[in-house]
Amino acid sequence: MARVLLFGPLRDLAGWRDREVEAASLAALRGLLADEDADLGLALGGPGVQVAVDQAVVRGDAALTARSEVAFLPPMSGG
Amino acid sequence: MTIRLSETPFDPGAELTAFSRGRTETGAVATFTGLARAERGATAILELEAYPGFTEAQIGRIADQARERFGLHDLAILHRVGKIGPGEPIVFVATAASHRRAAFEACDFLMDYLKSRAPFWKKEHGPDGARWIEPSAQDHADRERWDGR
Repeated sequence: MARVLLFGPLRDLAGWRDREVEAASLAALRGLLADEDADLGLALGGPGVQVAVDQAVVRGDAALTARSEVAFLPPMSGG
Repeated sequence: MTIRLSETPFDPGAELTAFSRGRTETGAVATFTGLARAERGATAILELEAYPGFTEAQIGRIADQARERFGLHDLAILHRVGKIGPGEPIVFVATAASHRRAAFEACDFLMDYLKSRAPFWKKEHGPDGARWIEPSAQDHADRERWDGR
């Protein structure tokens, strides 16, 4: 079970911030989340949304293990 | 080098005093303090979210760049998270260098990065509800000033 974290507006859209999901790859995980919640699925692939697996930003697909932490990071704004 | 997230208010004066202490060869310390704006009543509370661990690591990468680029002796970055009231400090950056130009420029560089690239998410709570803030075109342009220089 990969641990999925949502930040910023993605969390408000989904109505959760932290969940366990069974998926062997990032692409499979995206598919599962989109099947459950089409709006969230679209938002996760939206402009400027980055993905970090185990706190490292990845582009494209990535393999997941039972202990992976997957974070979806919408456009950032500090200061 | 210090990079810290704080759930509670901090005192920029105390941070500056601590940062400056014992520096006999530094010559120049520059600081920037960002305060939460009330926006004439439109923002009652600012809420800042970070990704603990990841946020500090990402800021650390740019801090290393700043140290090398400007030849800094040291730097400190302190960023609030959680709920912040108008007038409270949100961010504090201090840079130490031999001479003022490097200290000023490094401080400016770090703030431009923090505004648009550091892993924070900012929500304004006001009388008309809450909204997430994204970096402005100006914020992106400010950061891009440093590319290719």
